[in-house]
Amino acid sequence: MVAGPLLELRGVRKRYPAVLALEHASLEVQRGEIHAVLGENGAGKSTLMKIICGAVRPDAGEVLWEGRPAPVGDPALSRALGIAMVFQHFALFETVSVVENIALALPGRLGLRALAKRIEEVAQRYGLPVNPWRPVYELSVGERQRVEIVRCLLQSPRLLIMDEPTSVLPPQAVGQLFGTLRGLAAEGTAILYVSHKLDEIRSLCDRATVLRGGRVVARVVPREESEQGLAELMLGREFPRTQRREHVPGEPVLELMGLSMPAEGPFGIPLRSVSLKLRAGEILGIAGISGNGQAEFLAALSGELPAEDAQTVWLGKETIGKLGPAQRRRLGLAYVPEERLGRGAVPEMSLAQNALLTGYQRGMVRRGLIEPGAARRFAQDVIVQLDVRCGGPRAAANSLSGGNLQKFIVGREMALQPRILVLAQPTWGVDVAATALIRQRIIDLAGAGVAVLIVSEDLGEILEVCDRVAVLASGRLSPLRAVSDTGAEEIGRWMSGAFPDAPATLQ
Amino acid sequence: MQLLSPLLAMALTLLCGLGIFAGLGLPPGRAFHALFIEPVSGMNGLSELLLIASPLCLIALGLAIGYRANVWNIGAEGQMYLGGICATGVAIHWQGHAGAWTLWAMLVAGAAGGALWASVTAYLRARLHANEILVSLMLTYVADQLVKYLVYGPWQDPQANKFPMTVEFGDDALLPLLQSFGWEIFDGTRVNASVFIVLAAIPAAWLFIGRSFAGFRLDVSGQAPAAARYAGFPQTGAIWLGMLIGGAAAGLAGAAELAGPIGRLNDRWTPGFGFTAIIVAALGRLHPLGIALAALLMALLYLGGEAGQIALQLPKAISQVFQGMLLMFLLGCDVLVRHRLQWRAAPEIAAGAAA
Repeated sequence: MVAGPLLELRGVRKRYPAVLALEHASLEVQRGEIHAVLGENGAGKSTLMKIICGAVRPDAGEVLWEGRPAPVGDPALSRALGIAMVFQHFALFETVSVVENIALALPGRLGLRALAKRIEEVAQRYGLPVNPWRPVYELSVGERQRVEIVRCLLQSPRLLIMDEPTSVLPPQAVGQLFGTLRGLAAEGTAILYVSHKLDEIRSLCDRATVLRGGRVVARVVPREESEQGLAELMLGREFPRTQRREHVPGEPVLELMGLSMPAEGPFGIPLRSVSLKLRAGEILGIAGISGNGQAEFLAALSGELPAEDAQTVWLGKETIGKLGPAQRRRLGLAYVPEERLGRGAVPEMSLAQNALLTGYQRGMVRRGLIEPGAARRFAQDVIVQLDVRCGGPRAAANSLSGGNLQKFIVGREMALQPRILVLAQPTWGVDVAATALIRQRIIDLAGAGVAVLIVSEDLGEILEVCDRVAVLASGRLSPLRAVSDTGAEEIGRWMSGAFPDAPATLQ
Repeated sequence: MQLLSPLLAMALTLLCGLGIFAGLGLPPGRAFHALFIEPVSGMNGLSELLLIASPLCLIALGLAIGYRANVWNIGAEGQMYLGGICATGVAIHWQGHAGAWTLWAMLVAGAAGGALWASVTAYLRARLHANEILVSLMLTYVADQLVKYLVYGPWQDPQANKFPMTVEFGDDALLPLLQSFGWEIFDGTRVNASVFIVLAAIPAAWLFIGRSFAGFRLDVSGQAPAAARYAGFPQTGAIWLGMLIGGAAAGLAGAAELAGPIGRLNDRWTPGFGFTAIIVAALGRLHPLGIALAALLMALLYLGGEAGQIALQLPKAISQVFQGMLLMFLLGCDVLVRHRLQWRAAPEIAAGAAA
């Protein structure tokens, strides 16, 4: 075996038309190590990974594989070296089986039966239970990730890149994944672990390279650093902490009484008699993995999918089950959807026009004509309030980074002065600084007496921000618990659907 | 880049057009002059240009509003027929008792007729999710048969020797010519007051698209349907509004055609303005000003086609050839402006992958 690092990058530089993504970046990965690449969104992590797997050609710099110059800019050649990547978003075909999906992705032709046998072997060996004959739409997100990992492992990679692998996993599955990764590393496979979750990096990774603004700012052994210290390396300044407030629940604002919903689309999950009571000044978290009725639950709350029985949804003393989104908004229900571009905001429209999207009832329309000045002022206020980094109210929504657009959307909905704010995955894919800001604003808003409901896959977020928590699994809602009376252990167990039936009247 | 592609398409059309002339053995320069310069070199030619551009522009403005909301009304031709039928109904029903109001009533009836025809499509799309492209297109053939039934049947002029046409409209049922306003520059031309309708429609459409909240909602529906649902702008609303405006504009244009240069309903009174307007809307990038310019260009193609038949004995199809090339190049440019062609070999089977 050749001594020295398996993969080495030296002085890598990549400029895109608008930004310098990487400047003088270097990285060294040893055989059998789990190496973290840590950084905020936009720090250059994904560009670096794309260079390694051949999807992007660097403008300058060297890529060495076992000490020899490696081919750059050709994914097929990188694959041939033994570099494989598990992406954050899985590119699987829903309607066909696991083995067919993998057959499509693998070069060469192998009979499905033979391939299925190999899948089972690999799955067995690394503790990744996967049934090759199941159609993908039946699989949970964690199972889909396993399929992707198995797909990579079938190519016997020597370097496995994992891009934010735990953002979609329940706590138990995270433990399982870490076990698999440690086993792989012990066999000599190098693992590049891209993440901004500091606790995971500290427990899993041997070494870490920290990126900020396209440059490598530190190389550390994460176990020897505190989370606070890692965060400050990553941000380059002090890490903002969310300040909790005292939880003083007021009058009930939103009540669901036995709300049922048919499934949305062929792979949706129907809601089964969901009941809950949300009070003013309270933050309620709905944990659970997406695809367990979350879409249906949110559509039923926002009014995009009106309920069959008006009596199942109450806003204060009014039944709103049959009202549409605009009417519910008028009654004080604001909503931040999960998809930012295309749903929460129209990509090609300006921020001012996007302010109009939900803010039009606030003096921006007179006699059927838009008041552009009023819309711009509204957008400008939101920009200032939430510290949105952008080119002003005239900037197009799709010119903003994900975190800044999310800040704008959250700020816009807060500026509607709602009685209840519903947020779906409020900080999904949002950088650390913006996440902290958004969470703090949510807490402040509840402190001002607004009822807040958060649907999130990020259990850490729910435990940090919420007062009470319930789990939505297979379309059923678990009992509600005060966050102080429960923990990741119990909630994680509930995510798989193992919870007692909630007594509807007591919620 | 969005604005570049129509210009590019025009240049390519011109280039290919010159190539076709050369292939036919005509000197390209002379043919170009005869087709596109000579027809509009006099006041008479310019007024003919306006006469053709007016209905094209009016229909395209209406269609563009629907297209911005992703409501693809392809049946403006049929909606125009219905506008013509309704206007004719008013004109011949009150033939003997007409007054100054008749013309206004005809225009209103025309717009209503077009909107009514479009509402069939809107209803089927909104309630049954029927494809509006197919429904509106097919209804055009129904409308065509309706016109034929009327001019061969109940509305046929008894003095017309079995020709399929109604009686000529009375003076009160005709749009006044511009020369009748005493403007000498229009003496001897056929251009009529319908240009005022179009001149009013352009800023009105601009205001609707750019400033009205209803126009904003349509834009949202078109650009991001999920955002429209989230905001609470119902899709059915966009379908209805988009179809009705398109239908009304087409119907109004039909009424103005009959009350203008045609003067009576017959079975072949339009050279396909309702279809050409689709190209006008696309070429004008669904923007009122662009549409006005595109309408003038398409009108020039019509005039050039006629001139080519007379001056160069070119076949009648020449204007359709140019229209077709323009649309094809426009669509092609749109695709290539947004995407890039990449030639690649069949993927190699990576060595060691199956190890």
